[in-house]
Amino acid sequence: MLNEKSDFIQKVDVCVVGAGHAGCEAALACARLGLDTVIFTVSIDSIALMPCNPNIGGSSKGHLVRELDALGGEMGKNIDKTFIQSKMLNISKGPAVHSLRAQADKAEYSRSMRKVLENQEHLSIKQAEVCELIWEEKESYKKIKGVKTFTGAIYECKAVVLCTGTYLKARCLCGEAITYTGPNGLHAANHLTDSLISMGIEMRRFKTGTPARMDRRSIDFSKMEEQFGDERIVPFSFSTDPDEIQIDQVSCYLTYTNERTHEIIKNNLDRSPIYAGIIEGTGPRYCPSIEDKVVKFSDKERHQVFIEPEGIHTNEMYVGGMSSSLPEDVQLAMYRTVPGLEKCKIVRNAYAIEYDCINPRQLYPTLRFKNVEGLYSGGQFNGSSGYEEAAAQGLIAGINAAMFILGKEELTLDRSEAYIGVLIDDLVTKDNFEPYRMMTSRAEYRLLLRQDNADLRLREKGYKVGLISKDQYEKVLNKKYKIEKEIQRLKDTKIGAAKNNQEFLERNKSASLKTGTNLAELLCRPELSYDILKEIDPERVELPSDIIEQVEIEIKYEGYIERQQRQVEQFKKMEKKMIPYDLDYDDVPSLRLEARQKLKSFHPISVGQASRISGVSPADISVLLVFLEQYKRKNEKDFK
Amino acid sequence: MKTDTIAAIATAMSHSGIGIIRVSGEESINIVDSIYVNRNHQKSLKNFMTNTIHYGFICDGEDVLDEVMVSVMKRPNSFTTEDTVEINCHGGILVMNRILELVIKSGARLAEPGEFTKRAFLNGRIDLSEAEAVMDIISSKNDTALKSSVKQLRGSVYHKIKELRELIIYDIAFIESALDDPEHISLEGYPEKLGIKISDLIHDVDNLLLSSENGKIITEGINTVIVGKPNAGKSSLLNILAGEERAIVTDIAGTTRDILEENIILQGINLHIIDTAGIRLTEDVIEKIGVEKAKKYSQDADLIIYVIDSSVPLDENDYDIMKMIQDKKSIVLFNKSDLISKVSLEDLRNLLDKDVIIVKTSTKENTGIENFEAAIKSLFFKGEIYSDDEVMITNLRHKEALKETLESLKLVEKSLEAGMPEDFYSIDLMNAYSSLGKIIGEEVSDDLVNEIFSKFCMGK
Repeated sequence: MLNEKSDFIQKVDVCVVGAGHAGCEAALACARLGLDTVIFTVSIDSIALMPCNPNIGGSSKGHLVRELDALGGEMGKNIDKTFIQSKMLNISKGPAVHSLRAQADKAEYSRSMRKVLENQEHLSIKQAEVCELIWEEKESYKKIKGVKTFTGAIYECKAVVLCTGTYLKARCLCGEAITYTGPNGLHAANHLTDSLISMGIEMRRFKTGTPARMDRRSIDFSKMEEQFGDERIVPFSFSTDPDEIQIDQVSCYLTYTNERTHEIIKNNLDRSPIYAGIIEGTGPRYCPSIEDKVVKFSDKERHQVFIEPEGIHTNEMYVGGMSSSLPEDVQLAMYRTVPGLEKCKIVRNAYAIEYDCINPRQLYPTLRFKNVEGLYSGGQFNGSSGYEEAAAQGLIAGINAAMFILGKEELTLDRSEAYIGVLIDDLVTKDNFEPYRMMTSRAEYRLLLRQDNADLRLREKGYKVGLISKDQYEKVLNKKYKIEKEIQRLKDTKIGAAKNNQEFLERNKSASLKTGTNLAELLCRPELSYDILKEIDPERVELPSDIIEQVEIEIKYEGYIERQQRQVEQFKKMEKKMIPYDLDYDDVPSLRLEARQKLKSFHPISVGQASRISGVSPADISVLLVFLEQYKRKNEKDFK
Repeated sequence: MKTDTIAAIATAMSHSGIGIIRVSGEESINIVDSIYVNRNHQKSLKNFMTNTIHYGFICDGEDVLDEVMVSVMKRPNSFTTEDTVEINCHGGILVMNRILELVIKSGARLAEPGEFTKRAFLNGRIDLSEAEAVMDIISSKNDTALKSSVKQLRGSVYHKIKELRELIIYDIAFIESALDDPEHISLEGYPEKLGIKISDLIHDVDNLLLSSENGKIITEGINTVIVGKPNAGKSSLLNILAGEERAIVTDIAGTTRDILEENIILQGINLHIIDTAGIRLTEDVIEKIGVEKAKKYSQDADLIIYVIDSSVPLDENDYDIMKMIQDKKSIVLFNKSDLISKVSLEDLRNLLDKDVIIVKTSTKENTGIENFEAAIKSLFFKGEIYSDDEVMITNLRHKEALKETLESLKLVEKSLEAGMPEDFYSIDLMNAYSSLGKIIGEEVSDDLVNEIFSKFCMGK
């Protein structure tokens, strides 16, 4: 039973609730900025746990990790220490969609992060369930005072960061069997929701799921396609030396479902809690259960199944592509129809999990609750999904909790600056009805937001916040300078239509020159690379590969990049027009009803954000602009 | 790249008098300069003093469009406080429209409704006390423009654009799902296939642009919808109205199989008539569907003609229709007056708004039609119904959007030719998709993500 009375009271700066990927980043950021921080977890063994897929990164998620690293987060460094296979995805496509993905040794990942936390100055780890927030009612808002644990201990603090993941009132479903636990049978957190509701916070219920794990010894890999890692491994972190991580990699395996698999699923749909209507939470469309795939895409003869190791020191294998909430017997029968899995033994069953989270429109883009001073949140609690999405939010929430306490300017990334900006803006501006996952198509300025230039984009911000050292920052400045200088040199280096140049072009299957040109122009040709051009560029000085990469991208895709930059300028204009929080939309005449209601419930911080809320038309934005001008002039008048 | 210089016709669109085209913004003087010629071909607007007016011609290349007076107002001496040029031309919708189009071609963009006033206010030209009026103008003008924009679009064009958008979003979704999940979805050999689709799309948009040049993508006249139960005589009415003695302006083949649109000039008044006929009615359920359809069209109608079969008692469907036409301008035809009446005129009168005109007709015997025409005429001359004179502007807006679409598609084509990776041109495809959306008044919002998840199987 919850202990109501206790004499234990401790004073700290920040309380971070939850030690998953979001919580770890938030706590580390606060502690590294010198604030006395406590991180709470229901179980020390669940720090940085990877309860679902055994990998970090992937399309657009890899971008998030690199951005987080550029800002001073830990995830990139941690995966560089604990990966067992690495791949750059989409390498045949444009540089903007290249994305890193690494298979993690889950246990190592978790252990390594725990070590970082344990040795971080100003940070203490506490195994306890936070049951209540303590707050004070101010005139027009609430102010956070601290947290109370299950044992009744009170931690007074200036800021709280909620990163409760999937633990709030968690319920796991495996066929007809229901357990009231968090992931992996861990203790659920059953009290905090009520405390949040009593503060007036709007809660919702989401659902997600994970496939089964199998015993490696029961799988016949000879019937599957082996999938190797990249020959040359690129690290996630800008601080990791690539030469130090060229390890021996393990393989993953690919196999497929077939007609028989689908048959078994279809015949047992009535036993799936989702199809039987037992699950009420909203599940994510991007990681459909195998039941969903078979029902929704009934014309597909087969679905891919990826068999991935969970680590070096375990025989458990993750079965990607076949998450399910069907009962145990059906699961086994269905898995055993897949080539290579005929004799498979399940170590852990697939299951679906339901949990409480918030409607993130209650948050500012700084990830602070709009009406609660000192309360921040990140991760699945905010209605997202995925380790990387969680970590990115955790970092921003942590940074801003720290900025608030230190009285410094908060950090907000906009859509033109980072995928993290897109992620957070989508969460706080759009109506999300399922756990939100990052996708490259969500980033409208993605040609600028590449994984290769995350350091150039964000190191400065990390430095300003205080998580990036002067040394690291100057390294980036130096890199920038060298890139610009080299681009200019290529533009200035004239290439005449002389015989040797024509011969060079002919040899490289490139059109001959009619008039003189420069090296940059030649580099724009798809068939010519920076490397090939070396021959006719005698003045070239050897440059590091990361600089050459930037030079090449900037020149080759100049037209596209410039076009996006112009769009960004337009975009920024509206982002800069701020809306005062106390603006009463009922005072704005001529707004359409729908727009008025939406604006009232979202309380956007800028006209730009307002324009992205569905149901707010361009005409409403014009009206709002005029009103804001009137508001400004009135205030100026009153001031005089 | 368009500048933020805006242009619009500042006077009422009418056939008489003088019309003014206003251009405001940083580039306004340069833009008009490029199409303005004065007698000695020497002077340039740039060199004129502010607040002066000058005689000359507006030329599209060699082609002289009109003899005009051009006034130049340099900032801050104008309504918007920006550089402003006003072209005073001879009225006439056609001429004004051509000049406006030329101004836009030369680099201005079509002003949003109320935008001059908005700029004047934001630039401090209009007093604080007038702010509310400004907001009112913006919202009401946009509201009208938005409504008329979709309303004036021909049904067939509307459907064509919907179809094109569906094709485009499918391909974007395919590319994007492959980028997001490269291990599940492959793009091998895809660019070639897309190349063929893009040239088809370009062809289709080109055709739409051509029709917009001829004003064929929009409807003109008063939007009139005929509603009523089956067998009430709706089709006969349309046949009578469209009879040989009357001018049929256009005849568009069924946009969907059950909708017929005709332009009819009645007593000199241009009516765009939509008949909701052709629904086969055997059971009550289907009858309800018919009413639903009619409802949809009626929402946007300027005028509703409700045909009642007076030879059968009023039923559920009639009450439904009456509810639907409550706030609309409508004329009720008490039809089949040649048969024994099962509907009391008295009851009917009580059921309807008091100012609704009821006309007794028999479409079979062709009686009462003159009274019906007179009723329309009186509504028109009392100004209770009118055709929208913004129609040309709507057309221009649509044309702009079609041109943007075309530009984006051509960029896709160019990227395909240059062998650029898919992630580059999918952005231009998205632009084409949203430009087309402007025409039918649809936002992009979450279309792409929805399409990705509904059409392609991805994920762990």
